[in-house]
Amino acid sequence: MRDMLSKQAVGLKPSGIRKFFDIVSEMDDAISLGVGEPDFDTPWHIRDEGIYSLEKGRTFYTSNSGLMELRQEICNYIKRKQGVTYDPQHEVLITVGGSEAIDIGLRAVVNPGDEVLIPQPSFVSYEPCAIMAGAVPVIIELKEENEFRLTAKELEDAITEKTKILILPFPNNPTGAIMERKDLEEIAEVIRKHDILVMSDEIYAELTYKEKHVSIVEMEGMRERTILINGFSKAYAMTGWRLGYACGPREILEQMTKLHQFAIMCAPTTSQYAAVEALRNGDEDVREMSMAYNQRRRYLLNAFREMKLSCFEPFGAFYVFPCIKEFGMTSEEFAERFLAEEKVAVVPGTAFGDCGEGYLRISYAYSLDNLKLAIGKLADFVERLRQQDKKHE
Amino acid sequence: MREELLKIIERNSRIDLKELAVILGVEEMDVVNELQALEEQGIICGYHTMIDWEKTSIEKVSALIEVRVTPQRGQGFDNIAERVYKYPEVTSVYLISGGYDLLVTLEGKSLKEISGFVSDKLSTLDSVLSTATHFILKKYKDHGTILTKKYEDTREKVSP
Repeated sequence: MRDMLSKQAVGLKPSGIRKFFDIVSEMDDAISLGVGEPDFDTPWHIRDEGIYSLEKGRTFYTSNSGLMELRQEICNYIKRKQGVTYDPQHEVLITVGGSEAIDIGLRAVVNPGDEVLIPQPSFVSYEPCAIMAGAVPVIIELKEENEFRLTAKELEDAITEKTKILILPFPNNPTGAIMERKDLEEIAEVIRKHDILVMSDEIYAELTYKEKHVSIVEMEGMRERTILINGFSKAYAMTGWRLGYACGPREILEQMTKLHQFAIMCAPTTSQYAAVEALRNGDEDVREMSMAYNQRRRYLLNAFREMKLSCFEPFGAFYVFPCIKEFGMTSEEFAERFLAEEKVAVVPGTAFGDCGEGYLRISYAYSLDNLKLAIGKLADFVERLRQQDKKHE
Repeated sequence: MREELLKIIERNSRIDLKELAVILGVEEMDVVNELQALEEQGIICGYHTMIDWEKTSIEKVSALIEVRVTPQRGQGFDNIAERVYKYPEVTSVYLISGGYDLLVTLEGKSLKEISGFVSDKLSTLDSVLSTATHFILKKYKDHGTILTKKYEDTREKVSP
């Protein structure tokens, strides 16, 4: 058959992570620091609620938007955390992970040729989702000197009359960067001025280590133009349950719900019941996990200081993003050699956009003992590279 | 820092002081001072090691004993509790609400030794009304640590 495949699908670059994954999975004894999900098990009371829902025979579709009970809990949660009110009936949609919300959120708002602003380094899905929605992705390259935050100037410079929506991925994967209130106030002004939409991906909202997470929807005039995305994967260690949600203005959510209805029907029912329990009784779990992540974060930053590896201090998610430019290698070369010589897997920064060149993403979703082992190997490797450089001089 | 420090050392009392300071984000001297204060205030009462004796060749038997007693005027349960906890083979004594009064845990070399203790020493105390002895057959989890299974990382090795 001629032209069996969609040109658009074929044209998408495969994820840079995939390639690395293939190498790592062939090595049995590799230690990995490359995982983008919590090392904790889902807290037992949450799992128990999922099991209970199965025992009770709650094995049917829920409404397209998701269980009303869960949507109500989500609204309570956002009210409690951000002080912003959403209507559970019309302004909340339960999705299959935050990823689905990214996909249908973009498809719900863009027209062919519209520009989608994507700050990078960032999660791998934004660009392909924008392309498949028929939009033109426009990359904003974030800078280490700004702690990988998005500045008003960078945003202003990227906006054209075709700009439709800005993706705001903070706390950020892979850099660990956060946006504080003053940062958000500045960019909100630009957004209002140019009358564009925002998709705020706040999946790591519960994992911040400086001030409490602030959302763009708290800024004046932002709630009515923002698709707020969050989910249960990172905060409650529920990645495999595939459950996220989107909140936003009714007009947008109506379109998203339509797309969701035709492609997905509804998010997994078992997961939805478990998520109700997570929101009702999971605060203490989140606090404990976040405390543990913070300890590991401090451990890593100190270890980098000791080995004189340059790294800005990230205050969110569970990643650090050290700079390896001193070694004169690409991120990919560094990661491949490190894996081959020390059997430790890290993800090259370029997997999250070209401007990730010169950086590595190191995840601290590992026990301290594991981190110690791997970081010891990194210190050895870095030392060896420096010695080699000296010899060459 | 106090709560976080206590939680960490409750899990791992052997953690290095310098490392403790790093992960708490404070100076090493602060940790030393805080630990000293916690010891002086009796909040930290000791540093123990968790041992799974099952895995050694040393014979050990543990039991839980429910004890019903008559409280004494002016003393309540304190006197009798003290008489019980002074025996070295007794590893813990709790005052319990509900159907009985004291829960005593005991460690001995054999069933015989434990039953001997209960019949000769515990039951013969004046204020003890009755005892019920439960031998421990297997420890699955102790002090928050699962003994029967090792942690296994089943995640994909690399993910976005």
